[in-house]
Amino acid sequence: MPEPFKINVPDTEIRDLKRRLAQTRWPSEVSDSGWQYGSNLAYMQELCEYWRTSYDWRVQESYLNRIAQFTTQVSADGVEDYTVHYVHQEGVGDNPLPLVFTHGWPGTFYEAIKILGPLTDPAAHGGDPADAFTVVAPSIPGYGFSQIPTSGGFGQKRTALLWGALMEQLGYEKYGAQGGDWGAIVTAQVAYQHPDNCIGAQINMPIGRPPTDKPQEEWTDHEREVAAKAAHWQAQETGYQAIQGTKPQTLAYGLTDSPAGLAAWITEKWRSWSDCDGDIEKRFTKDEILTNISIYWFGQTINSSTRYYYEMRQNQQENFLPGRLETPTGFSIFPKEIITAPRSWCEPGYNITQWSEHDKGGHFAALEEPELLVQDIRDFFRPLR
Amino acid sequence: MPDPFTIDIPDSEIRDLKQRLAQTRWPSEVTDSGWQYGSNLAYIQELCEYWRTDFDWPAQQARLNQMPQFTTQVSADGVEDYTVHFVLQEGVGPNPFPIIFTHGWPGSFYEVSKVLGPLTDPAAHGGDPADAFTVIAPSLPGFGFSEIPDTGGFGHMRAARMWVSLMSKLGYDRYGAQGGDVGARVSALTAYEEPEHCIGAQINMPNSQPPADHPEEDWNDEERAVMARMRQWQSKEAAYQWIQGTRPQTLSYGLTDSPAGLAAWITEKWRTWSDCDGEIETRFSKDELLTNISIYWFTRTMNSATRYYYERRQHDQANALPGPLETPAGFSVFPKEIFGPPRHWVEAEHNVQQWSVHDRGGHFAAMEEPDLLVGDIRDFFRPLR
Repeated sequence: MPEPFKINVPDTEIRDLKRRLAQTRWPSEVSDSGWQYGSNLAYMQELCEYWRTSYDWRVQESYLNRIAQFTTQVSADGVEDYTVHYVHQEGVGDNPLPLVFTHGWPGTFYEAIKILGPLTDPAAHGGDPADAFTVVAPSIPGYGFSQIPTSGGFGQKRTALLWGALMEQLGYEKYGAQGGDWGAIVTAQVAYQHPDNCIGAQINMPIGRPPTDKPQEEWTDHEREVAAKAAHWQAQETGYQAIQGTKPQTLAYGLTDSPAGLAAWITEKWRSWSDCDGDIEKRFTKDEILTNISIYWFGQTINSSTRYYYEMRQNQQENFLPGRLETPTGFSIFPKEIITAPRSWCEPGYNITQWSEHDKGGHFAALEEPELLVQDIRDFFRPLR
Repeated sequence: MPDPFTIDIPDSEIRDLKQRLAQTRWPSEVTDSGWQYGSNLAYIQELCEYWRTDFDWPAQQARLNQMPQFTTQVSADGVEDYTVHFVLQEGVGPNPFPIIFTHGWPGSFYEVSKVLGPLTDPAAHGGDPADAFTVIAPSLPGFGFSEIPDTGGFGHMRAARMWVSLMSKLGYDRYGAQGGDVGARVSALTAYEEPEHCIGAQINMPNSQPPADHPEEDWNDEERAVMARMRQWQSKEAAYQWIQGTRPQTLSYGLTDSPAGLAAWITEKWRTWSDCDGEIETRFSKDELLTNISIYWFTRTMNSATRYYYERRQHDQANALPGPLETPAGFSVFPKEIFGPPRHWVEAEHNVQQWSVHDRGGHFAAMEEPDLLVGDIRDFFRPLR
């Protein structure tokens, strides 16, 4: 049965973090290279100094603890049992629709924080109470405060099976799913694996492949543009996927032992994947960046979180959708999204009932453009409720 | 002119290292996963505990200092000036022939330690004094005790130009080049850049792509097997190249701040790339592993060393052979080498005078099979001296 959960990091852990930060041994850097070779030294020093001296974990912790959180053991066929941590906030309205929200990497359940109010209580945020959702935002096992898998093979499909079991345990027979990044894959799998219960998947990160029956000469300009962007992304930005997908354990030692190492690994992604024009603090405050990083640090989950790439890479057969998703699917398209696809490439794999393109925002939609995302989620589910 | 150089790490650095090792925060691991996900936790813990308690850096440092070492500023056309650290040991024989030995990644000038005696003084090692070499073994800029480039663009070609300039400065008019890994390419480029002075390149890592005029349909079974192995390697083992080739700076924070992080990153490669059947200590003692790792640690060069992959990936043409190498080239082929192209692929771009195939040994030939490598070096240069 679900038990209420409060985050409570011991003082010794906070002191240990600050001591490590004070003792950081910094790398060199090519002069005036900005972020060309990776996380910029001056910014990482500034961020880590803030983490050590100005950032107040206790304030952030109590802020997080104002959100109702629980843990419960979840059992699903074909999956080991795990204790899952989740946010659970009841909707305020006549008929709130349950919605399971799945975060991504390198994010956490913290990604739900800005949309939680508007989704659960639209009337208090200028919306219609008929659009209310009851939000369940779990931490994927190996992330945040959920249990860390100690056996191999735990990937996106098993997560979706767990989410189905979790929603059932919470008594929800009919629900929706939402997510970006890994949450996009998990959300589609939730809908695919539980077609009788999950009535719709709303996704902010379109995943589609060029159709095999349409030769490149016949592509539209937009399709060419998307393909060129994808090729550049693949060549220059996917080193993290390669290493996390093949040798995550080798990477884990430095990122678990060094807070600066962890911060650099995560911060580079938040900067290059958001719509920030290279200035990360246009999108995220240091407190936001560091609360997410602190959840990884205190949970000691960077290793298990990166392992999710390994399990996908080694077992794509299991973790990608086995066929077309016939459940209604909505896509929110943000211009600075890292992986994108034209609608024509997504149609073969999904029953698309919403395709909503925005003119601002990036990969971390729930944090970057919560209002746009909330609107899309409301619009998508309104006819399905 | 060259200044004598002695390694002398301050006690405070050694204490700091041991303190960090004692405070290591270890990652989790999938139960019974061995090295499947990367560096094995139990082994890295054992190695780091040895590093902290039994490893005697002053003793290893004294051994390294038995090799005569120097530093000198080297200027070359089109390259910034750098202070280069190098071993220089005069040959003992009637006519010692100079060779420049280039180490690889994640190695250091320490790779020369086992071949130095037999190469310079064959008579004292059961050989013929007529085969004596004078050995120059520099640290690549950004590795070991050489200066760290603080501008971008320093790659294999610039290293080769520096070697030409270094050998000229030392007064050597005719010399040879030898190396594996990064040293393989630098050796070939040294010969290419200075054909009048560098009269032969002996290489232990043939790394050639299939010739352009030899399409896949025409391959024989051996070629197909080689390419299958290369592709397997690319997909399972090459992620370090990808991350080091695109975001080395992001990786460097954890590897510079955490000795366990550094040890895990390097040790996995020494295990996977050597002929050790998965038992790293059948090839390398802990003292050997940790002496090499300690050189990276104390000099804080992991970042600048991995940056070679960036410069090569971003400027591949500038760091590749501009055309066929007409200077005589010799190849030592070890069975557990990470690449194993057939001879005729290599012949397409090298004047192959030696093709010596061994039945044991891997990527770190100078450390793993010094006698076999020394035999090949002597045989190759004998007719060229």
